[in-house]
Amino acid sequence: MKIESIVENVTINIDGQDVEVPKGINIIEAVKMVGKGKEVPHYCYHPKLSIAGNCRMCMVEMGMPMRDRATGEAVLEEDGTQKIAWMPKPTIGCATNASPGMHILTGSEMVKESRNGVTEFLLINHPLDCPICDQAGECRLQEFSAEHGRGYSRFIEDKNVKPKRSRLGPNVTLDDERCILCSRCVRFSKEIAGDDVLGFVDRGTYSTLTCYPGKELSHNYSLNTVDICPVGALTSTDFRFKMRVWFLKRTHSICTESSVGANTEIWSREGKIYRITPRRNDYVNDTWMTDTGRALYKEIESEDRLIHYSIEGVHKAYDKAVVAATELLKSGKVAMVGSARSSVEEQFFYKAIAERCGAKVFLVSHHGDGDGLLQSEDRTPNLRGALLTGLISELPSENLEALARAINSGAVKTILAVNEDLTDLGISKDVLAKVKVIYVGSHANRTSEVANIVLPSLMVFEKDGSFINQSFRIQRFKAAIPGPRGVQSDFMVLEKIAAALAGEKATAITIDSVWERMTATIDQLSDSLRWHSLPEEGVALDATAFLNLGFVETKNLKYDPVAFREAHAALAEV
Amino acid sequence: MAKTKVLERKPLTPMEKTFLPQILSGLKTTFGTMMQKDVTLQYPEERPNIPDNYRGVPTLVKDPNGREKCVSCQLCEFVCPPKAIRMTPGEIDAEADPERAHVEKAPKEFDINMLRCIYCGLCQEVCPEEAIFLQDVFSLSGYSRKEMINNKEKLYELGGTLPDQHGKWDKKKAAEQSGNAH
Amino acid sequence: MELLDAFLPYLLPIFYAVAMVSVFMGLCSYSVLAERKVCSWIQGRVGPNRTRLPLLGHIPILGNLLTGLGIFQPAADGLKFLFKEEIVPGHVNKFYYMLAPVLALAPALTTMVVLPFGRYVDADGITQPLVLANVDLGMLIILGISSLGVYGIVLAGWASNSKYPFLGGIRASAQMISYELAMGLALLPVFMWAATPGSDYGMSLFGAVQSQQTLWLFIWQPLSALIFLVALFAETNRLPFDMAESETDLVGGFHTEYGCFKFGLFFVAEYAHVIMGSALFVLLFLGGWNFLPGLADPWGESLIGSLLSIAWFTTKVFSMIFFFIWMRWTLPRFRYDQVMSLGWKILLPLAVGNLVFNTIIIVLYDTFTR
Repeated sequence: MKIESIVENVTINIDGQDVEVPKGINIIEAVKMVGKGKEVPHYCYHPKLSIAGNCRMCMVEMGMPMRDRATGEAVLEEDGTQKIAWMPKPTIGCATNASPGMHILTGSEMVKESRNGVTEFLLINHPLDCPICDQAGECRLQEFSAEHGRGYSRFIEDKNVKPKRSRLGPNVTLDDERCILCSRCVRFSKEIAGDDVLGFVDRGTYSTLTCYPGKELSHNYSLNTVDICPVGALTSTDFRFKMRVWFLKRTHSICTESSVGANTEIWSREGKIYRITPRRNDYVNDTWMTDTGRALYKEIESEDRLIHYSIEGVHKAYDKAVVAATELLKSGKVAMVGSARSSVEEQFFYKAIAERCGAKVFLVSHHGDGDGLLQSEDRTPNLRGALLTGLISELPSENLEALARAINSGAVKTILAVNEDLTDLGISKDVLAKVKVIYVGSHANRTSEVANIVLPSLMVFEKDGSFINQSFRIQRFKAAIPGPRGVQSDFMVLEKIAAALAGEKATAITIDSVWERMTATIDQLSDSLRWHSLPEEGVALDATAFLNLGFVETKNLKYDPVAFREAHAALAEV
Repeated sequence: MAKTKVLERKPLTPMEKTFLPQILSGLKTTFGTMMQKDVTLQYPEERPNIPDNYRGVPTLVKDPNGREKCVSCQLCEFVCPPKAIRMTPGEIDAEADPERAHVEKAPKEFDINMLRCIYCGLCQEVCPEEAIFLQDVFSLSGYSRKEMINNKEKLYELGGTLPDQHGKWDKKKAAEQSGNAH
Repeated sequence: MELLDAFLPYLLPIFYAVAMVSVFMGLCSYSVLAERKVCSWIQGRVGPNRTRLPLLGHIPILGNLLTGLGIFQPAADGLKFLFKEEIVPGHVNKFYYMLAPVLALAPALTTMVVLPFGRYVDADGITQPLVLANVDLGMLIILGISSLGVYGIVLAGWASNSKYPFLGGIRASAQMISYELAMGLALLPVFMWAATPGSDYGMSLFGAVQSQQTLWLFIWQPLSALIFLVALFAETNRLPFDMAESETDLVGGFHTEYGCFKFGLFFVAEYAHVIMGSALFVLLFLGGWNFLPGLADPWGESLIGSLLSIAWFTTKVFSMIFFFIWMRWTLPRFRYDQVMSLGWKILLPLAVGNLVFNTIIIVLYDTFTR
């Protein structure tokens, strides 16, 4: 299935070194493949967008082996090597594709000179805003002008004045003075988001980025333009002036918005999250994510956050609440309302608990409209995890009417509810009053209000774990910030309950010891796989057992249900 | 091998061996210093001359128009070796303060913990807006730890106004009003 | 009245003694001030100039002047010693620990009983010393009792039950033994000269002073004076001989474990010894209250003359105290082995030689003049 094996390789020469690169790859990518910190500076080129070639920063010298026009024979130097016909002028690396025998110079005098010139022209009208510019610290222009610029300005005329702080959309603020007209945002809106709203007006130095009349940058992917903006022209209205990026710690995580499982990076400082940006994963989300997914971190500090273990509404110590919950679960006639928002590890424990107290497991589906990109119809991040761990064996229903009937008939006396508001799902408060409720969740709701025992849990930003996305790819997320004081790690609480139900002594467990048990029982996870050794891009799991379930996802950016099923069926036959 | 030169020590004369001449000359020296002027500074009444480049308590200064210069770029917070500086950046409300709306950014909170500060002056060195200065205040005391954390008001009170040779933001405003706009 | 008459011979000496002790203690505390002032002048500083008594210190001009001179400082120092927390370390031998400071101070105060500080002419026209107890063996008493002062130090070092004070105490006793010999030998020629055959002064200090009416002994026997002076420094434990204290190598020496008023007693004792030593040196070598070498006293034999003689004597003592202080802030401390070799190898032979030499001189003088 790997793409590299299909593509034909060619040999090119970069700075005197022969390199094998895939045929047709452009010079920027080819140089990146050489490694050793070698880089062709660029602004307008973006690997996931079309090539515009308008920043002129990626100039390199290019030459081809010389051949005699008449005979087609190679022209040789005196020492027998082939003569190279160097182009008299530099060419742009982004629009030059690798072809056999091509010679590239990325550090010659001419190249340096042209980068210097480009940088000087870009800086002519660029304001000296770095102290107040949010991009400072991750600004390509700042980096490249330090690396390739001249260090002082020869420009004595007045700089251009353009509108600052103009609102492009609900999430994006534009500073036109800082714009270097790379057109990445224009191309993104047109090509990826499919909402052609941005464009340049006026000519020459007066060129200005703006929205088309009567339109605004309001689609759900608008903040990606901020990410790809190489300077501080497009800024996130939410993150604007909040914190300088050099203070922020980056943690790899997974977006919980939908079953796409977009890879994210969480930017936090001292236990406070400041923003979430996408992380490149070519199998899942390329380099994009939704605006709505970026706002999810705000729930951490919401006022209805559960931070106390409590029994009958009274705050109790953590171990007392756990013991009380265990006693209640032991009393029998238990039903469990699991969650497709729990991590795979937690679902594994819930499965164990359900088995040990003989509980029937219910799960609720959360559906919404898909946008065909990175927001799928299934709005839970880990439904596949529930299937894989065996928590459920078929797709969940939309509500809990079956459970309500069971309560009314007296077959269920205790409910363990995980992160779901049962009152929303067909069980009225009156019905709920007939049973004892143990609520495990991060936020308060009507169910937690009436629950007999409340066990607060951590949010995805506060714990380690993994999710399995729509294409059965298991992906890892790491804790970015500590949870509320006193709230224990979820699988440690669950281990205590599960062990007590089995009459065992709870052991101190780490996430890798959980994985040891999981890989032993779950067929699709290979035995040697551990959480810490999961690759950054995740691991695609064998989905053959579940292909016949009618998942709701339709075709989106990297997932086509029809093609997925066919590919897996073909694989199964082999 | 470094060359070592052995210095011959002159043998003591019989008179020197008694040490008495040496003691007498010592007494003479100390008597001489007794007659000299004292170098003591009577501190609370007399104040020392503070040189211009003295590094006292870090303060925030305002420009000649009395506007705050700091734009909360947080470079001082970043560079501060003992992590004494803490700030929360904020946006200037364009409606409440139209005069400074073009600066866009100003600190919401700015704390310097003087219990941590080591008076190294890196914050002054790094400041791109020349807003933070280690001025001539050298004596600082308080009854509690909290008192020793200078907040924004205190910092501006200590800093006062200093002449500004660049007028960067004034120029910016002038350019915005008359400049190259189209 | 009869009762008073009956008791007067007993009451008067008590009154005199109390008066003398008061004056002496006052001198001690002001010697401390003098030390602090002189040392700060030598070091280019100001010294204590802030302490101000409520009423006295607020007299215009004079109040400021006195404050600036630090006149009220000794009161503050004394109060500080009194009001500090009394700390007695747990590892000390309490009884001897408490006794030591008293033993250090008591000898210094006792010796002043035989210390003449002026003269008067009585009804019979005979010149008499102003002294609490006019005994013939004055010098012997002083030598005997002042040497007891070292017991306080040794006891302090031993009772503290800790190594630095112990080392300090040991050093003090060894130093005392080393220099006591030289001191005694240096004094013999003085009294050989002063107590001429047939005189009835014997070893009294008054006799020594009287013998210097024309020529001070300091000029007549310079070597004796020098040896005595050096030994005096060593006996009083003053720098450059303060081996017992030696804060650079012994922390605080014998009083490391002492604080507050007990330390204050040691402190006062040191200055009491300094004053006693100065007075002794003035009496023995600088002519006592005699005006100047070769000059008869310009004051008469009346009461005023007596007072002036006291004043002149006191002036000389103060100069001597100043010399002590001046010396302290000029010279560095000796190394301990240097102290020992100076005492045993130089001063002792020198003192013996000096004795022999002076004996011959005095014998020759007596032979040819009488």
